[in-house]
Amino acid sequence: MHLMYFTEQPMSAYSEQAGRDFGATALMFPNANFDPVAGSRLYNNYIEQYMLAEEVGVDGIMLNEHHNAPFCMQAKANIFAAILAGMTKKAKIVMLGNPLPLAENPVRLAEELAMIDMISKGRLVSGFVRGGGQEQLAAGVNPAFNRERFEEAHDLVVQAWTRPGPFRFEGTHYQHRVVNPWAVPLQKPYPRVWIPGVISKETIIWAAQQRYPYIALNTSIEQTKKIWELYDQVALQAGYVGGPENRGYLIQVHISDNEEKAVENARQFRWMQGEFTGLAHPVWSTPSGYGSPSARRAFVEFAAGRAINPRGNTSFEQQMADLRIIAGTPKTVVAKLKRILEETRPGILALWGNDGKVSQEDSLTCIKLMGTEVFPAIREIAKSLDLKSPFEANAPVHLKYSTDLKPAKAAAAE
Amino acid sequence: MAAVNWTDSKIEAGGVKLHVSRAGKGKPLLVLHHETGTLDRLPFYDALAAHYDVLVPNHPGYSRSERPDWMRSARDIAVTYRGLLSELKLKNAALVGLGFGGWIAAEMASMAPADLSRLVLVGAMGIKPPQGDILDLAITGYVDYARAGFHDQKVFDRVYGAEPSVDQLEMWDICREMSFRIAWKPYMYSQTLPHLLGAVRVPALVVWGDDDRVVPQSAGKRYVDALPNAKLEIVKASGHCVDMEQPEALAKLVTNFIA
Repeated sequence: MHLMYFTEQPMSAYSEQAGRDFGATALMFPNANFDPVAGSRLYNNYIEQYMLAEEVGVDGIMLNEHHNAPFCMQAKANIFAAILAGMTKKAKIVMLGNPLPLAENPVRLAEELAMIDMISKGRLVSGFVRGGGQEQLAAGVNPAFNRERFEEAHDLVVQAWTRPGPFRFEGTHYQHRVVNPWAVPLQKPYPRVWIPGVISKETIIWAAQQRYPYIALNTSIEQTKKIWELYDQVALQAGYVGGPENRGYLIQVHISDNEEKAVENARQFRWMQGEFTGLAHPVWSTPSGYGSPSARRAFVEFAAGRAINPRGNTSFEQQMADLRIIAGTPKTVVAKLKRILEETRPGILALWGNDGKVSQEDSLTCIKLMGTEVFPAIREIAKSLDLKSPFEANAPVHLKYSTDLKPAKAAAAE
Repeated sequence: MAAVNWTDSKIEAGGVKLHVSRAGKGKPLLVLHHETGTLDRLPFYDALAAHYDVLVPNHPGYSRSERPDWMRSARDIAVTYRGLLSELKLKNAALVGLGFGGWIAAEMASMAPADLSRLVLVGAMGIKPPQGDILDLAITGYVDYARAGFHDQKVFDRVYGAEPSVDQLEMWDICREMSFRIAWKPYMYSQTLPHLLGAVRVPALVVWGDDDRVVPQSAGKRYVDALPNAKLEIVKASGHCVDMEQPEALAKLVTNFIA
């Protein structure tokens, strides 16, 4: 089991009322609402949180990035990854992830990641994402080519890491005269790649085809099971059997030394007006061409205000009941997490510990209890359930490095 | 006015299958629709069909024409339409371009200035407005964007219905996706087009609604400056979609211009 700490790095000093008045808290929500004095304090708070997480023995620190919004202050995940590469000693630096389509030059991204891998002495896990719809607009990147750019940039990054240079790359969206980066990763064949996601079937299928672990982001137990069903089906077609080493899960969990306080702080997971990533104009969050064509009809109805959000905005109480938010003392939290582990069998687990306006003191308490009480108990449970991480299972980094592939039928028979 | 007899067909032009509506007799006239696609029939099209052999193709990737995945620019569409005219053996067609269709018409004019009788651009995109910006589809809701094309919202209600159908919303999304595929950056204009219009010596008519909130009027002035033989007409009480908001006034301007 690989156990990680995650925070969205909330910009908690923004004016919530201003967001409500504007009607959206992303993309066009004016950056006059960002306070760099608070930003400086908060960035340093987050470094303190990560350093404590390392001290109390987490296996990994999960990082991400978003743009033009208060729910996440990281505008470039590689910046924090570089900081952690130098400041920490043991924890894996898990990028979940770099939004590939946003890269105008994936070779430069490959160089940055290689530097992080070398500076951290081989502790990089290099996850990749498509980036949210708003991210495409914030970066001026064409949403209609999002998936094509994702796949092509991935191919280019992996080639830059593994293929001896110099070589030339002539793609549809990327053309590079000379690919010959002098920064290459320490880990061979290349750092592990994990793919986080929420809803797109296409991404689950793609991840399974590459044999990259898929990290389900705060999905319900039922949704998570459906994701593994699809992943495992594609895995069989590719010639391997999916298992815990292919499965990751991120869940909102706040831990405290008393139950009431834990629940009160956990309410902050809904701090962005109850939405995962804040109030969004639907057309900004899913620009045309970004979503799956099969979802087009349902989406336009929602975007025109004639249907409820297909992703649903469920209440705090309901999310607690569905175990999408967990709050309590270590004992209660472990009992609930055990159920999730039993039902969904992941080999990678990330706890999104603190959000919104949870104080630095309470955040640090949460991390301390996570590392000293919750994670040791989870490790024991994982052992009894045989939930191995990709590291423990020594899983191949990519399908093409597999030594155990079987024809689909034989794999299915196992 | 007598009912106009339109025929719809699929015509292949250079490997691209196009849905084309055609009606009327006389000189050939190609009408190029907006970035929001087009309704099958419009009073403006009918009015033109009383005078000309009118062809209304659906742009590739818009409305009823299938999407060629390879297409990347308004110029690609312009070349495809040059192929269509050639396929139909139509010479010296007049071009009437509406909004985004105006950009395509201007590209067509620039690439074959001798094979053109008249050029009409209505609220045309394609040129960077010297003042103001072209309204951005990417950050505007479907209905808000379509409504922004009208000065009088009651006219919008008449054309699309006060609550446009889900089919219409879906079609706007399909059109929008194609617009992104071919005109994302720079958004809805070409940096070279104004420099290529100098060879278009046929008379050109540039028409703008007096309340165009989609393409600033300054772009119209730039078109008139770039075209050697052009004049500007402003239609009163009209937004960007002059063809839908003031169909009679626009048809009259066109028929007076293309005798």
